[in-house]
Amino acid sequence: MSTAAATAGERTGRAKPATMAQALGRALRDSMAEDPTVHVLGEDVGTLGGVFRVTDGLAKEFGDERCTDTPLAEAGILGAAVGMAMYGLRPVVEMQFDAFAYPAFEQLVSHVAKMRNRTGGAMPMPITVRVPYGGGIGGVEHHSDSSEAYYMATPGLHVVMPATVDDAYGLLRESIASDDPVVFLEPKRLYWSKADWSPDAPASVEPIGRAVVRRPGRSATLITYGPSLPVCLEAAEAATAEGWDLEVVDLRSLVPFDDETVAASVRRTGRAVVVHESSGFGGPGGEIAARVTERCFHHLEAPVLRVAGFDIPYPPPMQERHHLPGVDRVLDAVARLQWEAES
Amino acid sequence: MTVQELPGAAVYRPTPPPAWKPLTDPAPLLPDPEPFRVLGTDAAAGADPELLLRLYAELVRGRRYNAQATALTKQGRLAVYPSSTGQEACEIAAALVLEDRDWLFPSYRDTLAAVARGLDPVEALTLLRGDRHTGYDPREHRIAPLCTPLATQLPHAVGLAHAARLKGDDVVALAMVGDGGTSEGDFHEALNFAAVWRAPVVFLVQNNGFAISVPLAKQTAAPSLAHKAVGYGMPGRLVDGNDAAAMHQVLSEAVARARRGEGPTLVEAVTYRMDAHTNADDATRYRGDSEVETWRAHDPIKLLERELTGRGLLDEDGMSTVREGAERMAEGLREQMNADPVLDPMDLFAHVYEQQTGQLREQADRLRVELDAEHGPNDENDENGVGDGR
Repeated sequence: MSTAAATAGERTGRAKPATMAQALGRALRDSMAEDPTVHVLGEDVGTLGGVFRVTDGLAKEFGDERCTDTPLAEAGILGAAVGMAMYGLRPVVEMQFDAFAYPAFEQLVSHVAKMRNRTGGAMPMPITVRVPYGGGIGGVEHHSDSSEAYYMATPGLHVVMPATVDDAYGLLRESIASDDPVVFLEPKRLYWSKADWSPDAPASVEPIGRAVVRRPGRSATLITYGPSLPVCLEAAEAATAEGWDLEVVDLRSLVPFDDETVAASVRRTGRAVVVHESSGFGGPGGEIAARVTERCFHHLEAPVLRVAGFDIPYPPPMQERHHLPGVDRVLDAVARLQWEAES
Repeated sequence: MTVQELPGAAVYRPTPPPAWKPLTDPAPLLPDPEPFRVLGTDAAAGADPELLLRLYAELVRGRRYNAQATALTKQGRLAVYPSSTGQEACEIAAALVLEDRDWLFPSYRDTLAAVARGLDPVEALTLLRGDRHTGYDPREHRIAPLCTPLATQLPHAVGLAHAARLKGDDVVALAMVGDGGTSEGDFHEALNFAAVWRAPVVFLVQNNGFAISVPLAKQTAAPSLAHKAVGYGMPGRLVDGNDAAAMHQVLSEAVARARRGEGPTLVEAVTYRMDAHTNADDATRYRGDSEVETWRAHDPIKLLERELTGRGLLDEDGMSTVREGAERMAEGLREQMNADPVLDPMDLFAHVYEQQTGQLREQADRLRVELDAEHGPNDENDENGVGDGR
């Protein structure tokens, strides 16, 4: 995260290296300190501090009643959070691992996402559902799913995913403050990514739903988010050897979707590749490619391509490197962007 | 900086739960083998006459409401109506045992409980009428939206009751579910959470014999649904769901227990659904007339009538007065339901998010263009040029 690191350093002058997990924990802590109605609940979030230590220290500082170890039951956790939100609390629930969230899917889809709508606006659901998600950490099955397509297909939910330490803090603060429910997808393999960052003067954050250009370029746009951002930034650096100057857009949020930033970038570059690690078929890339095509057709020099995970159940850890889109696969797609049309 | 030093922190300090002792003897949690009864027993003499008369009036009103709503489905005024005829004692007792500050979590069959709690009879029907999902503000009435998915409202009741206790509020949540709903995972998770958190919740299972067509014997192998409570560490109570006095007593005790901070109770009301699952269901395919007739003899209104007339608390005049009141309610309901609701199609986009996303703004603009084409932009019914959707 060289960009974020540089920004943080300039901002405070005394930033220290921090991991994404630490920034997330700090965001929870600051939100709880500022707003006594913020409650954290989930499996192992209390004494243990979460299996990824994101909630470390919260129970000690705020007590078991505000950082609560719940029974092991995801539907129960989220269902209880619905009732807590109905009574004016602001629950932040942890789903421990992506595939563990599926038992809570009915609560999420039928109640969390719809309650505002069902009640004609009378009953908002200020719930943040933190989901450690995605692969690349050598997890065994059911620990590496990319589930964003399920969530983004559900009206009423915001779907947010940070890719930098700054965004981990800022977007989580924004999500907790939001009166709408947010599915907050935390890329597990970036938990230990570090940037120079100062918790005492954290960057102010744009509202949920703004994409950001992480690397300006002229030749083509890589559209990505979450765990694939570092891959795309690395690919963009490598591409300079081929004479390609790639722009990298970090979506930061799939819902709402920032059509303006994405379309403006593609209109400048005329070419686009969508990169994500979740499966391609029925995945976010198809939606993004369609939106880009609808808005930028006359600016496009080539079809919008997708680089995605294969359409397979998430593979066992010894095979996952073949599934996850890496730098080479991104560069290969860039090479297929009909460059001959330019000459 | 600790939480105590922070501005605003004094506003709200969560209250810890009451101390909990591990239970060594499960016997007090076990339900009695026979459903608890008051009417027709010696205990009836101790029942408050005023309460019995109130229950009677509400039961008659409730039955009339069920009949009127079912009739409205035949006229196309209601999309569907799951009648609670035969179950009125459960519905009414659930509403009457709660204080204003308490919360009711009804299922889709519990319109009557919501009305008995004071909800406008038309507002209570917006879901089943199909004009909007929830026609009332749940916070204003402390009635959660009528819940169509099975048992998913139970964890909400637990969370709300838990939150209220954390805030130091003296609030109880009563959550209603059917016998079929007890097979759902959310039923289990809700009971477990409630027991572990000692949440002030009362779970009321209306065992009406069938989950659409599936009888209880194919739903569970438990000795009774009330027995399920023991496994969670809460008391289970079995009660005659057609005995309004018994229902009121058992639920009152459970509510009082919750309010005292002693945790949740599971109440199984043994009752019977006299009508089909909804107006769209044919109950003759899965049950015989003789069974229905047996239950007709155990009708909740008749049981109470017998008690009240036997004690000289109610005569033919009194019954007529109650019936006339119910008839006026039905008339009013009919009249209001026969008026077409005025709907604004743009409301479709109004409450998806607090602030509309760009995508929804685009789609709303498209619908507006369609409506303008349909009605003309200067439709006199609507100054925004939207049309009224009729």
